[in-house]
Amino acid sequence: MASHPATFSTGQSPAAAVDALNVADDAQTIGALPDDVVMETVNLNVFYGDFHAVHDVNLSFGKNEITAMIGPSGCGKSTVLRCLNRMNDLVPSARVEGSINYHGQNIYAPKVDPIAVREHIGMVFQKPNPFPKSIYDNIAYGPRVIGMKVDNMDDVVEEALRGAALWDEVKDKLKQSAYGLSGGQQQRLCIARTIATKPDVILMDEPCSALDPIATSKVEDLMLQMRKDYTIIVVTHNMQQAARVSDRTAFFTARPDETTGNRTGLLVEFDRTKDIFANPHDPRTEAYISGRFG
Amino acid sequence: MSNVAARTASSVTAVNLSTGKSKDKNLGSIVFLGALWFSLFFGIVVLVALIVDTAIDGAPRFDKYLFTNFTQTFDPTQAERLAASGRDPKVLSAEYSGFKSGIIGSIILMLTTAVMAIPLGVASAVYLEEFASKTSRFSRIVEINLQNLAAVPAVIYGMLSVGLMAALGAQRGIAIGGAVALALLILPVVIITTREALRSVPSEIRQGSLALGATVWQTTWRQVLPAAVPGISTGTILGLSRAIGEAAPLVMLGFGAINFAPAFPFIGSKIEAFPLEIYDASSNSQEIIRESASAGIIVLLVMILAMNAIAIIIRNKFQKSW
Repeated sequence: MASHPATFSTGQSPAAAVDALNVADDAQTIGALPDDVVMETVNLNVFYGDFHAVHDVNLSFGKNEITAMIGPSGCGKSTVLRCLNRMNDLVPSARVEGSINYHGQNIYAPKVDPIAVREHIGMVFQKPNPFPKSIYDNIAYGPRVIGMKVDNMDDVVEEALRGAALWDEVKDKLKQSAYGLSGGQQQRLCIARTIATKPDVILMDEPCSALDPIATSKVEDLMLQMRKDYTIIVVTHNMQQAARVSDRTAFFTARPDETTGNRTGLLVEFDRTKDIFANPHDPRTEAYISGRFG
Repeated sequence: MSNVAARTASSVTAVNLSTGKSKDKNLGSIVFLGALWFSLFFGIVVLVALIVDTAIDGAPRFDKYLFTNFTQTFDPTQAERLAASGRDPKVLSAEYSGFKSGIIGSIILMLTTAVMAIPLGVASAVYLEEFASKTSRFSRIVEINLQNLAAVPAVIYGMLSVGLMAALGAQRGIAIGGAVALALLILPVVIITTREALRSVPSEIRQGSLALGATVWQTTWRQVLPAAVPGISTGTILGLSRAIGEAAPLVMLGFGAINFAPAFPFIGSKIEAFPLEIYDASSNSQEIIRESASAGIIVLLVMILAMNAIAIIIRNKFQKSW
């Protein structure tokens, strides 16, 4: 195991741990970093108008790894995720400082086209959001709009649905509305839709929070299968899910501003998942993963 | 503790709850309720009385000639004399007077109005809803003005169209002039209802599309607009059903007194409008023609109700639960 610059000794009492939340505000523990970095955030700060939503986040996402971002509500993990493919641009007041490098290219550089960024970095949302079209057209939509060169769309659809472990369930009803599928199937359809455009990185924003446990386990199995082809970054509220599927985990928390009370999100600890869960170095991480707050 | 609670509960039941009267039934609330019922019935009774009275007046004239004949003014007795010379009394006598030119004219007007108002209205709404910055000063000014424009009297649009047609040197009373006035009249309605329809498309659909690398334009054209079509058609039909009954702007434009089918292409022809033809018939000296006016009113009402019914059917049939 790599040596960690531990900021606090572990094993404090709960009260001490909660006290520590305020004391150790800016302390960050960065553990072992991935060797083959696909994306990284460098001093990422996000503002909504005057509101400082995320403070100085430095993360690296490794190729063919699943990185989980966990933390209590309002800690900015979804905001960070949405910055990674510039979906945060859709919020009119949002402003980003620092840089997000994708294969070394800052995607917030002035000449970068956010549309092109999203072709490479796909996204799956919290609530399944299939288009009000047939299953087939849901998949074919992405390749069509980005002008992908396709020999036979039927093959693209089949490949995407197989890739999302949905083919056997829907192969006889491709022309039916996607709204006829169950919630879990809809979410896997959304994953299939994303992989149809052959992205490099897939962002998932709490992909299982609207699903029942069986559908959740199917999506988790799917994520583990997809890891060999894609780099996956997932935001989750579910710590067990992070522990089950992810290779690395980033723990965020929120710090209230002393005067306004606005909560600014910040990164506390980033390490291999097994190290974070077995041996957290920051007392805040330990308090969160042991269920003492958040 | 539990004994105390039980005793309190029993005394509450006996003393406070079983009073034998209801606070909802005191004099004040009964008077108020009565006022509400009266207001409701006043509107409904007047409307029903009007429709029934008109229907009774027009009852002798609910026949196919209402639709197939132009206005005919020959006194029935004279018409019979003329018929002796070998002509058909059904194309002469006021007994068989109809609204063919008005019905054709109104259909032409509606089509021309729709062709102008729908693309303009939908495009404006798409811009305001999908592209314009919601918080900009421009958007807020447009927003307020749209609400105001929806309340502008139809005559004003008639005057505007008169001016426009005069500037273009066009003939009075042609279809395009009326269609311009009616299109301007329903444009705010079309824009407002289209915006509602676009707004009801969940933002998850837009985000899902954008996240795949689609442009805002592709997202609007391929996802948002198709999903909003039922709402857009409902609003448009309701707008057109308002326009079909309008007479005032058409009077200003010099419509009326056309007793023949317009020549192709219709938009440049002088045409009659159904409400105007009914108005003319209702002030005719012959009782038999005034009867046809009553029948015409019922036909116009049925047309408007049918359009509204179609709008409701579209809304219900395509209503989506996202």
